[in-house]
Amino acid sequence: MTTLDATRPHDAKPGPEVDNYLTFTRGFLSWALTLDHKRIGLMYLVSVLGSFLVGGIFALLVRTELLTPGATIPGVDENLYNQFFTLHGAIMVFLVIIPSIPAALGNFVLPIMLGAKDVAFPRLNLCSYYLWIMGAICAVVSLTVGGFDTGWTFYTPYSTTTSTGGVIPVVTGVFILGFSSIFTGMNFVVTIHKLRPPGMTWFRMPLLLWALYATALIQVLATPVLAITLLMLIVERVFLIGLFDPAMGGDPVLFQHFFWFYSHPAVYIMILPAMGIISEIISVHAHRHIFGYRFIAFSSVAIAIFSFLVWGHHMFTSGQSPLMNTVFSLITFSVAIPSAIKIFNWMATLYRGSISINTPMLYGLGFIFLFTIGGLTGLHLGTLNTDIHLHDTYFVVAHFHYVMMGSALIAMVGGLHHWWPKMVGRMYNERHGIIGFALVFIGFNVTFFTQFMLGSHGMPRRYYDYPSEFQIYHVISTIGSYIMAAGFFWTLYLLVQSLFTGKIAPANPWGGRSLEWQCSSPPPHDNFKTTPSVGDCYDFSVVRWSEEEGGYVVDRNDEDASKPDH
Amino acid sequence: MTSIPANPSDQADDHGHDDHDHPHDPNLAHHFESMEQQLDSGKLGMWLFLATEVLFFGGLFAAYAVLRARNPEVFSYASHYLDTMMGGINTCVLILSSLTMALAVRFAQQGRKTLLVICLWLTMGGAVGFLVIKYFEYSHKIHDHLVWGGAFYEPVDEAQKAQLATPLVALDAPLVDGPKEANASEARSIALSQIVNQPEEAASSIKTAVLGPAGLSAAPAAAEAAIEDKESDGHSAAGHLGDPEMPVGTHLFFGIYFCMTGLHGVHVIIGMGVIGWLIWRSQRGDFGPKYFTPVDLGGLYWHIVDLIWIFLFPLFYLIH
Amino acid sequence: MSHETTAQHDEHDDDHGLGHVVSYGVLFGTGSILLVMTIITVAVTYVDAGEMNMPIALGIAGIKATLVALFFMHLYWDRPFNALVLVASIVFVVLLMIFVLMDSGQYAPSVIKGNAPGVQEVLSIDAPGAPIAEQSQIP
Ligand code: HEM
Ligand SMILES: [Cu+2]
Repeated sequence: MTTLDATRPHDAKPGPEVDNYLTFTRGFLSWALTLDHKRIGLMYLVSVLGSFLVGGIFALLVRTELLTPGATIPGVDENLYNQFFTLHGAIMVFLVIIPSIPAALGNFVLPIMLGAKDVAFPRLNLCSYYLWIMGAICAVVSLTVGGFDTGWTFYTPYSTTTSTGGVIPVVTGVFILGFSSIFTGMNFVVTIHKLRPPGMTWFRMPLLLWALYATALIQVLATPVLAITLLMLIVERVFLIGLFDPAMGGDPVLFQHFFWFYSHPAVYIMILPAMGIISEIISVHAHRHIFGYRFIAFSSVAIAIFSFLVWGHHMFTSGQSPLMNTVFSLITFSVAIPSAIKIFNWMATLYRGSISINTPMLYGLGFIFLFTIGGLTGLHLGTLNTDIHLHDTYFVVAHFHYVMMGSALIAMVGGLHHWWPKMVGRMYNERHGIIGFALVFIGFNVTFFTQFMLGSHGMPRRYYDYPSEFQIYHVISTIGSYIMAAGFFWTLYLLVQSLFTGKIAPANPWGGRSLEWQCSSPPPHDNFKTTPSVGDCYDFSVVRWSEEEGGYVVDRNDEDASKPDH
Repeated sequence: MTSIPANPSDQADDHGHDDHDHPHDPNLAHHFESMEQQLDSGKLGMWLFLATEVLFFGGLFAAYAVLRARNPEVFSYASHYLDTMMGGINTCVLILSSLTMALAVRFAQQGRKTLLVICLWLTMGGAVGFLVIKYFEYSHKIHDHLVWGGAFYEPVDEAQKAQLATPLVALDAPLVDGPKEANASEARSIALSQIVNQPEEAASSIKTAVLGPAGLSAAPAAAEAAIEDKESDGHSAAGHLGDPEMPVGTHLFFGIYFCMTGLHGVHVIIGMGVIGWLIWRSQRGDFGPKYFTPVDLGGLYWHIVDLIWIFLFPLFYLIH
Repeated sequence: MSHETTAQHDEHDDDHGLGHVVSYGVLFGTGSILLVMTIITVAVTYVDAGEMNMPIALGIAGIKATLVALFFMHLYWDRPFNALVLVASIVFVVLLMIFVLMDSGQYAPSVIKGNAPGVQEVLSIDAPGAPIAEQSQIP
């Protein structure tokens, strides 16, 4: 009896339903205590999307409040407004974007793409999920004890002295979320190092795995610094130690150093896996070998390393010394290089590809467009003298929404469409998908491009009130946010609808070549019935459409792999 | 052969690596191919975790570095309040417990159960010893208000308060343009601020007028005695507050001292939990040449706790 | 299964189990050196080496830490990647420290020094985290 047989239930009936991770076991506990990376990924996905909804509602509240100068929504005063944007930011950053791609999608696809049965530490994986839940609960608790209004950055000494009571619960929550993220990262590094099957060499790995690997390195090496920073913040607030409080001999700039030492790398925790997804989407849906595989792979690692050297660009106006300002500005420009390398390689991949314009591909193309804008405006901000003008204005807000929402989140949604048939075994309605993309894309640009203008005209961020000459921009931006919200609700609707009425997905609906397209949709409990054989995962010449499968099939997959079985 | 995933409640049954009845080894998890792969993965995972520990403490070390670079006089002054003897003994205790832990790993690898359990108990003893000594150190400090933040400037008791406040206010009142309607406690704080902020001015008057010989440390001949005095936790009548040489911001030293040693102490306590769990499993005979991963990983954790203390010791206790 | 994890270990895999069994000599030797160095580092404190006191103390601590990592933590016999992980984490800590120290060294003179009246102000307000009153006392 082989290992794989041992895991199949006795009484299973033959047929497509037999070995399917969704129906493999049933009941609440079989999900709540599951060690299956696919189920954990799915639970993460649902939780993250739920938080996205909550964070989104706060965003809409913020935007609606800004429709007119002064009070707009009855009952929302300055203090409540401060809490709205703080919650929006904290939820979106810590509960949504950071775990979205690695923990939700990554958990699902990483072991399958690698050809492994699971991540290296399944229990740790589940633990990471429950830590996420605990962190989310802490955030909710903070609301019941007075909320918090520090902004997502928790700058001291304001955060150690503000009278809103929710600071300690939410900081504790973020501390816990940090460990959730660390555990995901540890798991991925070990999985990629130790669980590669025969034939899966480093340079055969799909680029998403390189991206997740680089991300995991950042998660492991940067997040602990955030954890200790938050711990110091709590201690400071409770015991008045005076580390960051100038009145007590402390150093507030020090807090910002610590915070950004994590939080700049953290923005790459958000964007690197997004870039990985785009590499997959672009090559699969253009049916063309990825251009410059090694460049893309190494640029991920390069970005991961560089990302640790630029944190000071968030502190140009904080009192940071001119010397460090210059150093950080210089290094900041150098980060743009590996990012640009990726963009050029994707463009080259598209060139002369046979591009299928479907929803994932549209999200992929949208990403390239939006990330280019987001990245280039980053350079404006990284330039010392322009940043003096732009810092803490809506220009910064627009910049980071272009990269965090327009890029990271768009890639996440694109990836969701890309792997949706694999995850649930159903196809969504392609036409509906495209409508959803159009709404999101248009709404996004209307919302945030106006904010570039607002910012360069001098509208500061995080303000409740503004002079009336800014109103027209604010109105346009708010309308854009409503369009975007409609787009996301529409997308949610079409995905849910596909669960009921979508047609059954083939194993390989897009013509992908990497391993996840070799197992059935949805994948069996142990991912692979036999140890998969590994080929060049971007060589689409051996992929052809098969009418009887209703999807693509890969002709001989292991022409240059080592032994197909062990 | 039945499958465990079909019966998820079995998975809640803790202790490790038996998700599957595997034909080869009951301790081999289903997604690994060999015990060696499993051990290697565990080790790499543990090392990554230790890296996060290093960075976790690293933040505090960086804060320490900045505080010390900015207040060198505070650190060289306040360090003398720490008891080098106790710190040194604690260092040795931790080193010895690291040694027994390393031996425990060896015995686990060799499957020598009795010796393994003994070594783990010895390690546990080291951890307890460390904490007991730390407890005495802490309670002295706390008793004397050699602590963080504002409490540092609170007189220890009424007697000290009286000794510090009354004459000082009388003496220093002309120097201070405090609020006219100053009450007693405000007067105290003003007086204290005088000590802390303007040691030069306050020094001469305090020395002669207020403090007994115990508080004196200016005379070169008495310098050694003063250090002794501080090491015995400032049991002079007026404690550290009466020391005219105390530099501005001395509370920062104790703030960071308690942060770093406290966090380290928490790690020791977690380590005790881990060691206790290992003892329980070893007693049950879980470990042998083929399977000793938990002992190995627990050992790594314990060593990093030791390793961090190796740095904390000179950084706090041994400042010249 | 032939992949990198097993490849390098084959030499001393002569059926005495996994991993390297460290000899008594190495373990006790390391332990004694560590104890001796602890005594040395305490003794050195009583010598006034001026600027050099801290580097010496940290140097000794560094050597002790290296010994622990190499022999107690088996890095000497372990996969190099594990050592790389440790080294990388230390490098990042040092990076953080250097940048922060460089910066604070530059702006420190313009920061108003710690002020105990601030402390007293905080004390007089009970709620933790209550706002510090205007710091009018700071000169
Ligand atoms: C391509 C290179 C990039 C450069 C050169 C760059 C540069 C900058 C600079 C200089 C700032 C500080 C602006 C200020 O506060 O005055 C900034 C802010 C920010 N960036 Fe970027 N950035 C880049 C990419 C990204 C990416 C990929 C993300 C996230 C996925 C991101 C997220 C953010 C966030 C969240 C902020 C604002 C944080 C805050 O103050 O709340 N950036 N960026
Ligand atoms: Cu940044």
